[in-house]
Amino acid sequence: MSQSAILPEATPLITATSHWPDRSFRWLAIGAACMILILIGLVGWQLSRGAHLAMTAFGPGFLTSSKWDPVTDEYGAWPFIYGTLLSSLLAIVIAVPLGVATALFLTEMAPLRLRQPIVTLIEMLAAVPSVIFGLWGIFMLVPWLRDHLFQWISHSWLGYLPFFKGPIYGVSMLAGGIVVAIMILPIITSVSREILRSVPNLQREAAYALGATHWEVIRIAVLSYAGRGIFGAAVLGLGRALGETMAVTMVIGNRPEVSASLFAPGYTLASVIANEFTEANSDLYISSLFELGLVLLVVTFLVNAAAQLMLRTLTGQGMGKIK
Amino acid sequence: MTAATDTFEPSRAHQTWRRWKSRGMSVLLGVCAVAVISPLFLVLYFLVSKGASALDWNFFTQLPKPTGELGGGMANAIVGTLMLLGMAAVVGVPIGVMGGVYLAEYGSDRANYWIRFAADVLNGIPSIVWGVVVWALLVVPFKTFSAYAGGAALGFMMIPLIMRTTEEVLVLVPQSYREAGLALGIARWKIITVIVIKTALKGIITGILIATARIAGETAPLLFTALGNNFWNHNLSEPIAALPLQIYNYAISPYDDWHRQAWAGALVLMGMILTLNIIVRVISRGHNKSN
Amino acid sequence: MADVVPARVLVPQAVPAGGAPAHAPAMAGETIAFEVKNFSLWYGARQALHDITIRIPAKKVTAIIGPSGCGKSTFIRALNRMHELTPGTRIAGDVRLFGEDVYGSSVEPTVVRRRVGMVFQKSNPFPTMSIAENVLVGLRLNGLTQKSFLRQRLEESLRMAALWDEVKDTLGRPGLSLSGGQQQRLCIARALAVKPEILLMDEPCSALDPIATAKVEELIHSLKVNYTVVIVTHNMQQAARCSDKTAFFYMGKLIEYDETRTIFMNPANPQTEAYVSGRFG
Repeated sequence: MSQSAILPEATPLITATSHWPDRSFRWLAIGAACMILILIGLVGWQLSRGAHLAMTAFGPGFLTSSKWDPVTDEYGAWPFIYGTLLSSLLAIVIAVPLGVATALFLTEMAPLRLRQPIVTLIEMLAAVPSVIFGLWGIFMLVPWLRDHLFQWISHSWLGYLPFFKGPIYGVSMLAGGIVVAIMILPIITSVSREILRSVPNLQREAAYALGATHWEVIRIAVLSYAGRGIFGAAVLGLGRALGETMAVTMVIGNRPEVSASLFAPGYTLASVIANEFTEANSDLYISSLFELGLVLLVVTFLVNAAAQLMLRTLTGQGMGKIK
Repeated sequence: MTAATDTFEPSRAHQTWRRWKSRGMSVLLGVCAVAVISPLFLVLYFLVSKGASALDWNFFTQLPKPTGELGGGMANAIVGTLMLLGMAAVVGVPIGVMGGVYLAEYGSDRANYWIRFAADVLNGIPSIVWGVVVWALLVVPFKTFSAYAGGAALGFMMIPLIMRTTEEVLVLVPQSYREAGLALGIARWKIITVIVIKTALKGIITGILIATARIAGETAPLLFTALGNNFWNHNLSEPIAALPLQIYNYAISPYDDWHRQAWAGALVLMGMILTLNIIVRVISRGHNKSN
Repeated sequence: MADVVPARVLVPQAVPAGGAPAHAPAMAGETIAFEVKNFSLWYGARQALHDITIRIPAKKVTAIIGPSGCGKSTFIRALNRMHELTPGTRIAGDVRLFGEDVYGSSVEPTVVRRRVGMVFQKSNPFPTMSIAENVLVGLRLNGLTQKSFLRQRLEESLRMAALWDEVKDTLGRPGLSLSGGQQQRLCIARALAVKPEILLMDEPCSALDPIATAKVEELIHSLKVNYTVVIVTHNMQQAARCSDKTAFFYMGKLIEYDETRTIFMNPANPQTEAYVSGRFG
C-alpha cells in the first residue's frame, strides 16, 4: 500500500501520544479550572495562617469578648460579630419585603411595557458601587436620618422601645442597615423574580378558576408554592449583606459598642478591618484582624452555601445568572 | 330537600371586601416597586447636582493638592483605575475564559458540579477578605504596596464571574458545529478556539465587560494592596491611585473642597460604569438582531 | 482534478504478514471500502447495535434504511468514530477501512475523520464564516494555507457540490445567508474539500424541500464516480432512487443487505418485506 498523504503537505501519521497541541490546550483548561480551587485554598490558608497568633492567644473566648483595646493589645470579636449580624438582619428585614413585593409586581401585575424599564433600573441600581452609596449615605442619608427620621421616631411611641433610645448622631446601626438594604435589593428582587416565574401557570389558573381575586391568586397559588425559594433568595441576600464593607463603614459610626439601640453607632467585621488594618502596629493586632476576617469568611461561606443548596434544589441548576 | 348548608352564597359585603383588598394589595406592590427604584434616582440626582459643578478641566488633568490646599484634581486616580482594570483583565480574562472552556468542553458532570460550586464560593468571598489575603500574598513578601497587588486582587475577583458567563455562552453553541468540525478531521483545540469561541465571542466579551464594570467600583480590595498615591505612578511595584480609593479618602476627610471633589470623582466613576453597561447592551442587542 | 486517491495508511506498518489484505471482496474486482465484522455498540448499559457484519463496496452508494430508532444513525457514526463524543459508549468487533483497523489502539480519530467525511441531518455551516471560509476551513485548520491551492480546491469542491454557479460571485457572503438546500450543499462542499475517501450522509435531505432534495440526490449520483457514499435515510423512495446497495436495519440488527433492486423487489426476509411495503415504519 502506498503512503501518500490525504492532503499533500499534512502528515497522516499521528499517534495519540504525540498530539501535543490538543493535550496542552486541554491542560490549560484544566489548569484554569483548578486555579479556582487553588485560590480558595490560598484564601483559607492565608487567613488561618495570619489568624494563628490571635487564635492561640485568645482561644474561643475571642468570639465573645467585647474588649477591643490596641493600647493593651487585648482584642475580642463580639462587638463586630454583633454589628455585622444586626446590620445584616436590619438589611434583610427592610429589603426582603420590598424586594419580594417588587418581584411580585413585576411578574404578576406590571404591564409588559413597564416591565423591562423597571428591570433595567434595578440592574442599574446593582451597578452602583458601594463607595458611592457610602458617599451618598454620609452626606445625604445620615443628615436626613439625624435631623428628620430619627427625631420623628424618638418622639413617637416607638421612642419608648429600647431599640430607639439614646443619643442621635445619624451615623448608626440603622443607617448601616438601610444602605445595605438598598444594595441587596437588586439581587433579592432578581432571584425572587426567577423563583416566581418558575411557578407553573397551572397553579395560577387553578386558583383563578375557583373565583379568587388577583391578590388571592398570588397569596394562594404563587407565594405558597414559591415560599421556600423566596426564603433561599433572602438567605442569598443575607450572604451578600454580611460582606458589605465600604458603604457600611461610611455610615455606621465605627464604634465597637454593643447596644440595643438602633440609633447607636456600631461596627462590623468588614469595617474594622477596613479602618484599622493599615494602622495595626503589633503582631497581635494584625493577627486579631486576620481572625476577624476568618470569622467573616466562615460565616459568609456557610450562609452562601445554605442559600445555594436551597435554591439549587428548587430551580434544578446553579445560580449562574446571579452575579 | 336541599339543606341550607348545601349551597354557599358568599355575602355581598365579603365579596366587595375581597375585591378592595386585592386592589389595595396591587397598589401596595406598586408602591414597593417605586420605593425600590427610588434610591437610584436619589443617588444619581445628588451625583449629578453635586458632582457636575466640581467637574472641570483641572479635575481631569491635575494631581491632588496637599492636605488643606484648595484645588487639584484626580487625574492620577482616573488613570490609575484604568491601569488597575487592565492588570485585572490580564489576570482574570485568561483564567476565567479557559475555566469556562473547561466547564463547557472538557469537564465531566461531577467535576463541573464541584468547580461551579467552588466558583460560587469564590464569588461570595467578601471583597475586604480579598484585600487581606492579597496583602499577605503579594504585599508582605515584597515589602511594598503595589499596583500589581491591586490588579491581582481585582483580577481574582473577576475570575468566577467570567468563568460563569463564558460557560453559559459556550454551552449555547449548538453541538452540531463541534461535530461538523470533528467530521472534517480538525483538531479539537482548533475547533474550540476557531469555531466555538468565535461563535460565542460576543457573549464572552459581554461577560468580560460586565465583570469589569463590577470591579471598577471596588474599594475594599485596594485599601491594603494598591494603597493609593497622591502622585503619578511610575512603577507598577509602587502604590497607585484609584478613583474609588480617592473618593473614599476624600469623603471621610473633614475638608469641604475634598467633599466636592469626592462627588465629582463619584460622578466620573459612575459614568465609566454606566458606559460599560451601555456598551454591553449595545453589543447584546446587535447580537440578537443578527440572529 | 485528482482522481480517486490511492489507499492511505492509518497506522504505519499496518500491512499484514504476507502483504495480502485479510478479507476477500464480495464480488470479483469489487474493492471493499468498509469491512465490518461482528460489530456491537453500547450506550452505557443499553446495547444499540448487535453484531453487525457488512461489507460496503467502494465507489458505490450504499443506503441504510429502517424505522426510527433502529440504529442506522448510530451505525454510520461508528464508522468515523463520532459516537466517541458521547461519554459512556463502548464498542466490540472490527471495522476496517480499506483493510486498516479504524479502532486500532494507535489510531488517532482525527485521521479517520479526515478520510471519512460526514454530512449531517440539519445543515450546519459555521455562523461566523463566509461561504468560501466554510468550504476551506477543513483545509486551513489542517495547516494548508497556500492561496492558489485553496482557490483551486474551493472551486473544485463547490462544483462537485453543484453549488459553484449559484455562489461564485458571492463567496464572501455569510454561510448562513443561503437557503436551506444551498446550505446543505455548502456543507457537502465543505466535507468534500478535504478529499475524504468516504462520504457518510446522515439523512441529508430530511430538512429540505422536494426541489432541494432532488438537487442533492442528483449530486449523490455524480459523487459516486469518485467517492464511496453511505447514506442513511428514512425515505425509502430516496433509497430506491439513489443507491446501488441497501441495508435494512431493525432494532440494532442488520436484517438484510443486498442490491437495492433485490431489497425492494423481492427481499428475502419477511421483516424487510413488511417494512418496504409500508406495513410498518
